[in-house]
Amino acid sequence: MRGGAGGIQLFSMRFLLLFSRQGKLRLQKWFTALSDRDKKKIIRDVMQMVLVRPPKSCNFLQWRDLKIVYRRYASLYFCCGLEQGDNELITLELLHRYVELLDQYFGNVCELDIIFNFEKAYFILDEFIIGGEVQETSKASVAKSMEEADSLQETMEEYLNKPTY
Amino acid sequence: MPSSVRLQEMIRVIRSARTQGEERGIIQRECADIRAQFRQGDNGERSHSLAKLLYVHMLGYPAHFGQMECVRLIASTRYSEKRIGYLGAMMLLDENQDASLLITNSIKNDLSHNSQYVQSLALCTLACMGSAEMCRDLAPEIERLLRASNSYIKKKATLCAVHIIRKVPELAELFTPSARSLLSEKNHGVLHGAVVLITELCEHNPGTLDQFRKAVPELVQIMKGLVTSSYSPEHNVAGISDPFLQVRILRLLRILGHNNDTASDAMNDLLAQVATNTDSSKTAGSAVLYETVLTIMDINSESGLRVLAVNILGRFLLNNDRNIRYISMTSLQKIVQTDHNAVQRHRGTIVDCLKDQDTSVKRRALELSLALVSAVNIRSMMKELLIFLSTCPPELRSHTTSGIFNAAERYSPSKRWHIDTILHVLTTAGGDVRDETVPNLIQLITTASELHCYTVHKLYRALVKDISQQSLVQVACWCIGEYGDLLLKGECEEIEPVQVTEDDVLDALETVLQSHMSSPATRGFALTATMKLSTRITDNVDRIRSIVSIYGSCIDLELQQRAVEYNALFKKYDHMRAAVLERMPVMDKNSPGHTNGDTSGEIKEPDPSKPKPVEAGLLSEPASQVCDLLDLLDGTDTPLQPSPAPTSNPTTTSSADLLDLLGGLEPTPVLTETVYEKNGLSLKIQCDKQTETEVTVTLIGSNSAQNDITNFTLQAAVPKSVQLQMKAPSGNVIPAHGLGQVTQTVVLNNPNKVSLKMRIRVSFSNQGAVHQDTVQIDSFPTQASQTSVSPL
Repeated sequence: MRGGAGGIQLFSMRFLLLFSRQGKLRLQKWFTALSDRDKKKIIRDVMQMVLVRPPKSCNFLQWRDLKIVYRRYASLYFCCGLEQGDNELITLELLHRYVELLDQYFGNVCELDIIFNFEKAYFILDEFIIGGEVQETSKASVAKSMEEADSLQETMEEYLNKPTY
Repeated sequence: MPSSVRLQEMIRVIRSARTQGEERGIIQRECADIRAQFRQGDNGERSHSLAKLLYVHMLGYPAHFGQMECVRLIASTRYSEKRIGYLGAMMLLDENQDASLLITNSIKNDLSHNSQYVQSLALCTLACMGSAEMCRDLAPEIERLLRASNSYIKKKATLCAVHIIRKVPELAELFTPSARSLLSEKNHGVLHGAVVLITELCEHNPGTLDQFRKAVPELVQIMKGLVTSSYSPEHNVAGISDPFLQVRILRLLRILGHNNDTASDAMNDLLAQVATNTDSSKTAGSAVLYETVLTIMDINSESGLRVLAVNILGRFLLNNDRNIRYISMTSLQKIVQTDHNAVQRHRGTIVDCLKDQDTSVKRRALELSLALVSAVNIRSMMKELLIFLSTCPPELRSHTTSGIFNAAERYSPSKRWHIDTILHVLTTAGGDVRDETVPNLIQLITTASELHCYTVHKLYRALVKDISQQSLVQVACWCIGEYGDLLLKGECEEIEPVQVTEDDVLDALETVLQSHMSSPATRGFALTATMKLSTRITDNVDRIRSIVSIYGSCIDLELQQRAVEYNALFKKYDHMRAAVLERMPVMDKNSPGHTNGDTSGEIKEPDPSKPKPVEAGLLSEPASQVCDLLDLLDGTDTPLQPSPAPTSNPTTTSSADLLDLLGGLEPTPVLTETVYEKNGLSLKIQCDKQTETEVTVTLIGSNSAQNDITNFTLQAAVPKSVQLQMKAPSGNVIPAHGLGQVTQTVVLNNPNKVSLKMRIRVSFSNQGAVHQDTVQIDSFPTQASQTSVSPL
């Protein structure tokens, strides 16, 4: 729990989840320490809430003490839990930026890319966001960093064949 | 198969499983493989195995056995192994796991690695799962990286510092000096991190906040640069230059300008500029505008700027994008108290949003609409709210009904309007109202005496139409019982009169009684109402008699009790019936201390040992006592008293038997008996307390003689099995003329429950003469047995 100076509201991202229309988790990033049980419960509850939303709905929900921002891209839901003081609109932009980064990296990214290369989705996320905050606002920079880091991978041929491991 | 493909192959195999059981089997086999791999040590395969384990973990299966492997891989020299090792640490280790401490050393080393990508891994992991202890250990390293390294590392180090401060607030001082200088960086990533860091520092320490106020001009400059700069492709999003950075700067300005005039003045122009020039056709622009509005409203801005901000929110309300409408209403909600009039101007649009398809938008619109209700707009707003109630989603219904009731209570233009509104709500959404509604409405109706005729007609018609809404039915029954005579008279100015016969009315009540839709409480109301009508109608009293006697054998204990007692009212106490069933006086509402929740007109326990509050309600004693008793029935707002209390003097009428129900609850007088009276000394024994095996008595000596009694002592003896304990007497001098007493408490423990006897030897001196006497007490005064509450 963080203290505030003079009643200013807290803002921080609590978690970021990717899940399919069938309720399968594809990526989970947590920005606070929680037990496995708590995480599972949050995932279940949030998924349930988001999956029943009709197509043209508002992308914002109130859940417990958090704001949930989500957007559906093809068969995947990208979903964030924010604290009360956060700006939902900029979070939508953040989710969109992440999708663009994935798209740039994988070339026309689809859900299968993220399933079979989940660790790369994480690596990209970690170049974009640290501790729940944006670390790099330039798309090109993130792409370049990924490229350079990938080049350090010891087994290049395997790596270039897309499956890393 | 080459090992490199094994991960993908495993994923394929798992996905091809047709059942949960099959999947579990595959996972079990794979995990066994992985465990074997881990045991084998360094063979170039470890990273593959960990990657597989992380996939399995994401599916929800346990993966604790991989924790140590993460530690080992992090310590490896190969980048690919470090990379997956650190990922594993972020996924499997958090500050609550012991193993997390083991990677502290590796992180420390990697922070000074010559490859910035290795440094990056360490920074990222520390910022993700670093415990307080790890943070304390590594903070100096991070501080060094903040100052000395390249932009790539700096931006990550700043966010790592943010995490450290969140975990160990005392370390904030360590980062404060470097934070300010970071604002002069050109790299957007670093700048963004710097703003986040400064925000965090200001939040933790008001002193630091003061310091950073000096940075406001610098921040304003940076913002201006972003807003007015020419197109920069690298950071551009839909025409806005780096909206992420802009939003964070605006947020920091908000914190710095809050409650501070100087700082607020310094940013005034900038905010006006951003508010007017930002293109909000796309989300990025709207996000910046939104943050600007929030900042304007939270600092000491000039009124012109505030008006500008509220107008922006008003424009947002008309936006086609639902998200924009939603956040606009959220913001308006925050300022509805402080800038009420400004928000009122947009009332029309807000009310329109009640009709939006989206539940989130509807919810926001409802909250805001309720906050905007005022004495001026109550009629039109209520119309809209009632329309909303008939079509609103179920999860919003109870909130809507309470909101409507609150608004009606505060602003209703007339009693009739108020009653009509409540009736409308009960007809539309009777199932979603709070329990207090029924007693509240009844109380309201009694106070509107000029409307009794109108009300009872309206309720009768509603009852005839539909008996499924319990709260409505309860109120209707009560009214018909009370004002049935007005209903039957047929004339009423405010409603077209309809001829209602006594049979019609009794039919309606009987339908309620017999319907399986009626709850037990409702049926209670109906039965009581039927009974009350016996004094208000002329021809069909026999019908009422027969209804009441039928229910005398009803399975429901509550109804049975009532019916039996009403029967008795007919048979034995017919002379009292008129008085008992008289019209009730107006109930006064006590504004604080609403305790209606429990009573709500529902008498839940058919407990015969408690006085039936229904009977209490029928007693038409003079107003004050009646009101007390009515507490129990209709839950008027005087605090519920425990049932014994309102029996102040119920025995004033001659109806002793009926009131015996309440008689047993009088505080029992403690009985005393005089056991000895001689020579001026009078000795009384008083029973204080009596349980099955113990009796406490007090012996009281008083003196009616001319002279004082001195040396007064008592000795007592009891049967063998009884234990005696005599407490110290209050004295041994009893003043003359009854001016004083001496008391002595005696406790008798009678475990074998023999019949208690006590022999007391009294000795005292009076006028120089010594007297001694013995008294035998064969029976102790016990508490009078309470008149049992029996069905009459």
